[in-house]
Amino acid sequence: MSVQLELGRVGEVVPREDGIPKVTGQFAYSSDLQAAGMLWGHTLRSPHSHARIVAIEISEAVTMPGVHAVLTHEDVPGEKLYGLEFQDQPVLAFERVRYFGEPVALVAAEHPEQARRAAERIRVAYEPLEPIVDAERATESESLHPERPTMGHGYRDDPRPNVVRSLVIRHGDPDAKGDVSVSGVYEVGIQDQAFLGPESGLAVPDGEGGVDVYVATQWLHVDRDQVAPCLGLQPEQVRIHLAGVGGAFGGREDLSMQVHGAMLALHTNRPVKVVYDRQESFVGHIHRHPAKIWAEHRATRDGKLVNVRVRILLDGGAYASSSTAVTSNAASFACGPYAVDNALIESLCVYTNNPPCGAMRGFGAVQVCFAHEAQMDKLAAELDIDPIELRLLNALGPGGSLPTGQRVTGALPVAEVIRRAAALPLPEPEELPRDPLRVPGGSGNTTRGEGVKRGVGFAVGFKNIGYSEGFDDYTAARVRLAADGNAEVHCAAAEVGQGVANVILQVARTELGTDDVTLAPHTTATVDSAGSASASRMTWMASGAVRDACRAALEERERNGGGEVDIERIYRHPRTSPLDPETGQTTGERSHVAYACAAMRVVAEVDVELGLTRVVWIGTAQDVGKAVNPQAVTGQIEGGTAQGLGLALMEEIQTRDGLITNASFTDYLIPTTLDMPPVVSELVEEAEPDAPYGAKGVGEPPTVVSTAAVVAALRAATGRDLARVPVRPDEIVGL
Amino acid sequence: MRIELRVNGEPCEADVWAGESLLYVLRERLGYPGSKNACEQGECGSCSVLYDGKLVCSCLVLAAQADGHQVVTVEGLGEDGRLHRVQEAFVAAGAVQCGFCTPGLVVAAVDLLAHNASPNDDEIREALSGNLCRCTGYAKIFDAVRLAAGT
Ligand code: FES
Ligand code: FES
Repeated sequence: MSVQLELGRVGEVVPREDGIPKVTGQFAYSSDLQAAGMLWGHTLRSPHSHARIVAIEISEAVTMPGVHAVLTHEDVPGEKLYGLEFQDQPVLAFERVRYFGEPVALVAAEHPEQARRAAERIRVAYEPLEPIVDAERATESESLHPERPTMGHGYRDDPRPNVVRSLVIRHGDPDAKGDVSVSGVYEVGIQDQAFLGPESGLAVPDGEGGVDVYVATQWLHVDRDQVAPCLGLQPEQVRIHLAGVGGAFGGREDLSMQVHGAMLALHTNRPVKVVYDRQESFVGHIHRHPAKIWAEHRATRDGKLVNVRVRILLDGGAYASSSTAVTSNAASFACGPYAVDNALIESLCVYTNNPPCGAMRGFGAVQVCFAHEAQMDKLAAELDIDPIELRLLNALGPGGSLPTGQRVTGALPVAEVIRRAAALPLPEPEELPRDPLRVPGGSGNTTRGEGVKRGVGFAVGFKNIGYSEGFDDYTAARVRLAADGNAEVHCAAAEVGQGVANVILQVARTELGTDDVTLAPHTTATVDSAGSASASRMTWMASGAVRDACRAALEERERNGGGEVDIERIYRHPRTSPLDPETGQTTGERSHVAYACAAMRVVAEVDVELGLTRVVWIGTAQDVGKAVNPQAVTGQIEGGTAQGLGLALMEEIQTRDGLITNASFTDYLIPTTLDMPPVVSELVEEAEPDAPYGAKGVGEPPTVVSTAAVVAALRAATGRDLARVPVRPDEIVGL
Repeated sequence: MRIELRVNGEPCEADVWAGESLLYVLRERLGYPGSKNACEQGECGSCSVLYDGKLVCSCLVLAAQADGHQVVTVEGLGEDGRLHRVQEAFVAAGAVQCGFCTPGLVVAAVDLLAHNASPNDDEIREALSGNLCRCTGYAKIFDAVRLAAGT
């Protein structure tokens, strides 16, 4: 056997271009970097979730062995606040800390242990304040951000304290009555991205006042645009380069070590490396918003949805991050991929002293999918209709509209994914006795399976592709053709493991008709922004930009009659519009550019005496538009499904008074080989008319739908409500 | 203190602090960053190496203990510049996404196949259960092990 490094085109199975360096240990991740004279940076973090800073005393720390710098907020050279969307987060805390783990001071030393020890000698006098930890009471509490950074951006004006964003969507007649009504209250715990590569990077001073930062991130240019003002530098004095990324899933959209490392490097005039350990990673990045969702579904006797009324409360934690967009996504997708003529959706995100929340795979759609799919099953039970039939009866499709009034124009094969997933053959029930490894909880030898019940669950979900609500979403690509025909592609699209580097190369080979294509390093230094590797947008957007740049380069060469060509092109998807702040209705043709949907069927076995679960089998059908690289697509589906299964069964950041109590892989569990069943994936390829090659993003739909589908199987096995994820053993047993 | 060990067959020496792990010394002092540091507390398997032929988490071995021992890291699995069949299989099966778990999983799979040339799925499941992967959902990692085993 040998690996065929096929230089594939669009639609072919192509092994990863970085596969060999990754299996041999040669691939340089952000934590692997070294430079001559390098120091190690360390971040001192707040032990309180809410406290006033009375004084910071660094005099002892600076005298510790190996220490080259100890910096506090006083040393921030430029803007003291930053943020992905709103500048509300201090580079280093001043006056008060608002969450557990908030950065307070920095140390650079010759050895990482010296840096840690010196940080312990920084004396910070805190005056603890009452933390706001109950999201339901946040709007009646003292304001954590009296200057209201998220107000006045075209959002609904909600005067209550601690509102990050409040959105109300009124659709049709929000008081419309049906023949039947079902309601429920659903809760989602805080999930962590738990990427394996910890936050890390290397900052190198350029000797002329500027700095190069090599970092694992999702959006190089927006990092630069946040870092430069904090350093008091011009954007071109700060160059952000993508270092090897060990997974992202939304958790690298916000800054981590970028400003801190650069401050230390500029201060010491030495390269500075910062590597978080696992505990620091858990407290040092944003999480998936925990949510509480109140839902009521009204329907006719024969199962047509008449009115869906949903109230969503998201805990944004201490800083805004991307919470405003999550709030809106949760509202947009609250009814699920169903045609609903009347709806009232209220989505509210609040500031608290809990861990800050922001982007994670699924971005608001995960939480609401868990609720709307539980509601659809409840409605099916109430009406005694088959749950799959009920979903087909209400399936949204082209021509239908969203509660925001936006008509669905592109491809959205909801009925098709439902039918395809429902048609997948289920595995036969397994006999007892059997290998303990195949019994819920069996790997611990706790049972022979006497209490095991089997359940089959089904769920459907969807979400948007690309940035929404009028955001100017674009991607640049630059193509250089050498005289000998060899091509070099520059695109700052972050390769975070999802495989966009391959997509870029496949597109360039397809368009240029040659295999002689190389991908230049991802950096802000040679090409304009690619936008973020998020919102399942990167395949679509990078394909568009690279395609356009390749075509332009060929034309240019043709015009010149050969020779070298160097051309940059910007690609934009169709323009979106904001939502009306009063009605939540789209103010133009569309507020989302496109959607992708998935349906999933799950077989689970539950030991109803022990409260333990084994997911046996997962089958899914996903709307992918066009699979650019089918192997990478199924890889995204399997991995995305695992993350949703994790939220269903085990993953939760736990807090007490805002303090995270399980910041380790010992206490925050993610699925292992023992937890993951085989996943059968059906790719539904219905080309998206606006997308290059018809390809949609594929990363998020499996995560959106799998939490709901797994819990549906648990409900079927146990007959219990299970209205909160992760489902705890005591809820299965009924304690 | 000064330690001497063999890494991938090569004799190496390093001056280490008493508290440093074998993982730290491999990565930061000896120029073998292939073994990864996803948790540094024995929970993820990303730092897996063969230590005197046995599969261990190098983050749990004190560098000082490694004095006089043999270590094989992911960088040392290939022979004569060719990939080990497990490495080839990981690439071919699409078992690599971000790849941060990959060095540890490759070493663990090599160890599995050394003890069991044709493992069934439950045996693979058990053998790799100490290696976390956040990206793949493990399906293609199973494919890779089956491919390497020829089963
Ligand atoms: S780094 Fe050693 S087990 Fe995680
Ligand atoms: S490939 Fe990313 S952790 Fe396994």
